[in-house]
Amino acid sequence: MWSLLFNTNTGWVIMSTTILGIASGAIGCLAYWKRQNLMSDALSHAALPGVVITFLIVQEKNLLLLIIGAGISAFLGAMLIQWISNASRISEDAAMGMVLAIFYGLGIMLLTVANRSAGGNQSGLDSFIFGQAAAMVKSDVRIMSILAIVVIFIIVIGFKEWKLYLFDRHFANGLGLPIGFMNGLYTLVLVMTIVIGIQAVGVILMAAMLIIPAVSSRYWTKSFRNMLIISSSFGAISGAVGTFISSKGSGWPTGPFIVVIAAGIFILSLTLGKEKGLLIKFLNKQQQKKQQTLRTEIREVK
Amino acid sequence: MTYTAWIIVTASLVGMSCGLIGVFLVLRKTAMMADAISHTVLLGIVLAFLVTKEVSGPAMLVGGIFAGLLTAFLVQWLHSLDVQHDASMGIIFTTLFAIGVILISTSIGNAHLDIQHALMGEITFIPFDKVSLPLVGEVPRATLLLFIVFLIVLFFITAFYKEWKITSFDSALAVSIGIPAIAMHYLFMSLVSITTVASFDAVGAIMVVAMLITPASSAYLWTDRLVVMLILSSIFGILSAISGYYIAYWIDTSISGSMAFSTGLIFMFSFIFSPKHGIISKYVQPIKNL
Amino acid sequence: MSSPVISVNNLSAAYQKNTVLRNVNFEITPGSLTAIVGPNGAGKSTLIKTMLNLHPSLTGEVQYFGLPFKKVKKRIGYVPQRGSVDWDFPTDALDVVTMGLYGEVGWLKRPSKSHKKQAFEALEKMGMGDYANRQISQLSGGQQQRVFLARALVQNADLYFMDEPLAGVDAATEIAIMETLKKLNAIGKTVLVVHHDLQTVEDYFDHVLFLNKTIINHGKTEKVFTKDNITRAYGGNIRILGGGI
Repeated sequence: MWSLLFNTNTGWVIMSTTILGIASGAIGCLAYWKRQNLMSDALSHAALPGVVITFLIVQEKNLLLLIIGAGISAFLGAMLIQWISNASRISEDAAMGMVLAIFYGLGIMLLTVANRSAGGNQSGLDSFIFGQAAAMVKSDVRIMSILAIVVIFIIVIGFKEWKLYLFDRHFANGLGLPIGFMNGLYTLVLVMTIVIGIQAVGVILMAAMLIIPAVSSRYWTKSFRNMLIISSSFGAISGAVGTFISSKGSGWPTGPFIVVIAAGIFILSLTLGKEKGLLIKFLNKQQQKKQQTLRTEIREVK
Repeated sequence: MTYTAWIIVTASLVGMSCGLIGVFLVLRKTAMMADAISHTVLLGIVLAFLVTKEVSGPAMLVGGIFAGLLTAFLVQWLHSLDVQHDASMGIIFTTLFAIGVILISTSIGNAHLDIQHALMGEITFIPFDKVSLPLVGEVPRATLLLFIVFLIVLFFITAFYKEWKITSFDSALAVSIGIPAIAMHYLFMSLVSITTVASFDAVGAIMVVAMLITPASSAYLWTDRLVVMLILSSIFGILSAISGYYIAYWIDTSISGSMAFSTGLIFMFSFIFSPKHGIISKYVQPIKNL
Repeated sequence: MSSPVISVNNLSAAYQKNTVLRNVNFEITPGSLTAIVGPNGAGKSTLIKTMLNLHPSLTGEVQYFGLPFKKVKKRIGYVPQRGSVDWDFPTDALDVVTMGLYGEVGWLKRPSKSHKKQAFEALEKMGMGDYANRQISQLSGGQQQRVFLARALVQNADLYFMDEPLAGVDAATEIAIMETLKKLNAIGKTVLVVHHDLQTVEDYFDHVLFLNKTIINHGKTEKVFTKDNITRAYGGNIRILGGGI
């Protein structure tokens, strides 16, 4: 009976990390072309105080409310990063680093307080923050999946608008696209993906879910549409395979296995990818050199 | 010295080393490299543990420097292959960190090394683990290590002051007049790694990131002179350590978390009130110019 | 005829798949003031970056004074495009000029008073003496360019490479820079300038190098600055030139 229960739960967990992989693979492409790869890292850390404050208010681990709290906090972090880098000489990466560390510090302060208060240690907040997909229950999985599907839906229906927005926002603005609204929506979708992913892979590794599949997909296609599809598939494969492997050992963490699978796919793409993969590049260069020498020889003969 | 004094001294040493190093991290626009290295040193520490089978200072330092340099090298390598710089960082540090965590959970099983501890640090226990030195008397082990690291950092920053300046400002010029910018880059990353590993055990990765980036960024808002920026940044580091300790004491919570948070308070103050580059000055100045 | 200062032999370079320089061959005679001109994307910046080992070459080699680059590094001064550095860097004009002397100052030593004096004199030569202690972000574009020029001057090189030193500067700066280049030229220095303004080529430079991925033509200005060569380099899309050609 135990094994049956375990197996069904593993099934649920694999399903949810797969959906998470699809959502983060897709949104990762947007972040990649917006050149904000590490933003996801900053925001996943910035979510922490929101999680703990929500817990301190409602005094129970209600996943939906925790996600909303995390979202608000991460969104504030995003606004702060933008404000600091626009209004002062501080560059965006320094602003991200600061928000990441300071919000996280605040989160740890609050977490210590929460753990001290009654029942805090049993709240499962720690596993929420450091990611332990195996600890998720069916209702958690359901909430995560619904949110992930909303994210995918938002990206798919606005596909061509996103493309224009990422490629040339001034032109998009000229065409009458509401850039301010799209900025907000982008941040919202990014934050949503991050906060639902935290529980599965943890604060630190969430960034990998957004960055690695997107970069890997670049080695296989030149079209943005295909990039979205390939990146989502890579995300899904990493999620499913990583979760499956981690369920094979007791106490094996889910997030790191997902990330290592994603990194494996990246290495394959980097070396064998048909667009700018190392092998192709090497062959091209050889050919270029050969042609160049040939041309010189011809000229010398003349 | 009292318990409180040791904690403040230890954290101030972290603040000063990180403050100095941080200035160049910020100016070289590689602030997030601090975040990356502070996570990957975990792998270095795990590897050192697997090799030596004990948690010892020197082995951890060596492991950490190795991991830090590996990170810097791999990031540079991926970037040279045309991957956006921040994406390279994201790929490398998460992967190395993931490998570290997997190693902990599969082959170590949490003995002395635990991820949460590494991330939050446990400065509270530092004053209890003492070594005795001639002349000085009993000194906490971590404080001694951090003091040595501070001296190393101070030495390299002052000795190569002008080289750091020129390679940070215009590396093409540096190369053209015979200063090896690439070697300097790796030397710098080694310094970041040493500082991070030494501080890691005392205050945790996140506070290291806070101390590396925030005081330097705050100082950048107050001055246009590099020397002043270095001094201010170290002072801000110390101030964050002290105020952070008392905040933690006051609401009875994590000391490292509070210190990280304190760096943020100093930054927000600078961001709003700095007469040179603060928010308020931007509204005031146009009137002055009229 | 004296031996060339630079001889470029069969140089090619690429960005990823695109070859941007193809079989470039030319020689520069000592004491010449050469403009490198060509349309956008012709590889002008790439050419000098490749020559200075800042960008990898695919084939070919470059010799300076008959020697490879590494041996003569210190005799070469490079003025990059103004946009290549962060002008918010916490330092002042004098300090930036002093950086040109760091190679000479040597490791572990601080610049001495005489170094500072040298740097200050260079600033004064560029008409920037009053701005020595000004933070560099508070200088205008033209003033920043003059600081860069002053920095090149203190390097006291025999050969200078300059990437668009006249782009986006005010008229006074343009005059100051050109006077400086002519003075350098007069004392026997060799100068190569990436230049974008065809109107002024004849007034400013004694040699022209037309580049469009490969050398179109190269020689004395009065000989090669012809309508024919311009059309060949720019593909006939150029109409800005008045009479005189």
